[in-house]
Amino acid sequence: MSRATLRTLLLFAVLAVTAFALPAFLSDFRAQQFAYVAIYLVALIGLNILTGYTRQISLGHGAFMAIGGYTTAILMADHGVKDIVTIPLAIIVAGAAGVLFGLPAARLSGLYLALATFAIAVATPAVIKKFEGFTGGGSGINLFGTPELTASLTPVKIIGFDVNFNNWLYYLSWTVALIGYVIAWLILRGRTGRAFRAVRDSETAAVSSGISLTRTKVLAFGISAAYAGAAGALFAIATTFVNPDTFPVALSIFLLVGVVVSGLGSLTGLIVGAVFIQFMPLWAQSVSKSPGAPAVVYGVILILLILALPGGASGLISRVLQLTRRGQNFPKP
Amino acid sequence: MADFFQQVVSGLASGGVYGALALAIVLIHRATGVINFAQGEMATFSTYIAWTLTTNHGFSYWPAFAVTLLVSFVGGVGIHQAVIRPVERGPQIRVVIITIGLLLLINGLMTWIWSGEVRSVPSPFPTRTIDVGGVAISVQDIGTIAVCLVSVAVLWAFFQFTKVGLALRAAAVNPAEARLVGVRVPWMLGLGWGLAAVLGAIAGMLTAPSVFLDPNMMQAVLIYAFAAAVLGGIDSPVGAVVGGLMLGVGLNLLGVYVGFVGSDLRLPAALLVILVVLLVRPAGLFGKPQVKKV
Repeated sequence: MSRATLRTLLLFAVLAVTAFALPAFLSDFRAQQFAYVAIYLVALIGLNILTGYTRQISLGHGAFMAIGGYTTAILMADHGVKDIVTIPLAIIVAGAAGVLFGLPAARLSGLYLALATFAIAVATPAVIKKFEGFTGGGSGINLFGTPELTASLTPVKIIGFDVNFNNWLYYLSWTVALIGYVIAWLILRGRTGRAFRAVRDSETAAVSSGISLTRTKVLAFGISAAYAGAAGALFAIATTFVNPDTFPVALSIFLLVGVVVSGLGSLTGLIVGAVFIQFMPLWAQSVSKSPGAPAVVYGVILILLILALPGGASGLISRVLQLTRRGQNFPKP
Repeated sequence: MADFFQQVVSGLASGGVYGALALAIVLIHRATGVINFAQGEMATFSTYIAWTLTTNHGFSYWPAFAVTLLVSFVGGVGIHQAVIRPVERGPQIRVVIITIGLLLLINGLMTWIWSGEVRSVPSPFPTRTIDVGGVAISVQDIGTIAVCLVSVAVLWAFFQFTKVGLALRAAAVNPAEARLVGVRVPWMLGLGWGLAAVLGAIAGMLTAPSVFLDPNMMQAVLIYAFAAAVLGGIDSPVGAVVGGLMLGVGLNLLGVYVGFVGSDLRLPAALLVILVVLLVRPAGLFGKPQVKKV
């Protein structure tokens, strides 16, 4: 095992232990907020695989989250499936949707893809509203009506401990997030990850090395959408309610913002991005409450961050590491 | 039949607005190679300036119009110099995020300064209709179309017949060689942003009388403008205008005559246009397919 692998595993172990010990020190409300951090983390891992590793800009990942979220909601409300069981199904459905969208999208590059995915994100709420019979239309689907399927009303028993809803949500989301992290790491360090990066760095060189562009790009889209589907399913379980406004255009935009703030093409900084998505709006609100002011604060900070940190949080972390341990080579994860 | 022509004309009027904003997007895309997601909010901001000049400072409409265009131009150049110029050589995605930051910032700023209340904006044209061969056409529609076409013509003449226009084109096509022959490239790109802001301001001021002014006014229009720009070819100024007019008429007819689409699926219909055009003919109707040197 190389030193780099060892260090990654060590870091991951620290993260996992921290994540699972944290609720003991948090209020119920905070636990819920950190559960959302994990949900965003899942979506960000997926988006980074697409945007950071194969350089396909997606401004429409909220739409794939919507697909995952609605899969969970419809399965629970209409078919009485238990919430945890719906997560793998949501992953499959969203992943399939990702592959279907990826097939034509693989032909688009750069800003054209950004526009096409943006179109998907904008259209999603209107399309959901139109197919009322299936999706509940504008009034959405309420999951509180099915207490036996979620832990929303009754505490769950896990290995003899009573866990309330927020803590349960916290553990569920962080378990999914950490599993997602491991899977992403395994995918990206091997052959597939090398193919992704080759496509990103030079399509021509990748093709001449025998990599199929379409296959690689579609695969990246599918994996990425599957992550978004998992995040959407968790989101639906967390809010116990979905309607078209649960997955607005702003969500897609904030996800891309989160990925860029974290640093493209690196898994290290993603938690920073997830924290940014969850807490930055709240923090901006605490600065000033007059209408419009929080958005101004948010916009200014976002612009300053992009100007000041070209590599995002991951770039900052690796720069600090390089300064402290000069002279060693750090292979990129 | 009279009803049909009326719908076509009102479609042309909204299409003119889409075309103007699409042209702004095309200008910036040609100059800096990015898509400005804040274009709509910039346009709305300009419209607020015109509104405040006429209601609070006693300007009459056309002087306020002129002052707004001037302020918008300066604002556009300023935005480019302050936040776009430092990142425009880097990866595209950073520029995209900056424009998203601008979108949030400007939207918040408008709510902060002018509150989120809905304002009514006077129209420079009378709302009465004139009769053309049995078809009642509103003067406002005709005025909107005229203003759009005139501004597009002026812009075209500027690019085609002035030295600055030539320099601007040179800077967009080949920055390195333009610099060699003495073009101040960064300022030319800034000029592109300034002109785009002016076009946006025109689009905003023409939209406001019919839909009322609020901070989110141009968000839907921006999507239609994206669709128009893609339809015409994102690098083609003529395409942007024609694409805007086609989209305006097409969506209007679709909304009126196809029951399933109605008013709530108009936006998805426009987005479908984007998707189909991108897949079938990525360069758009008037664009030249890009040939990349390997």
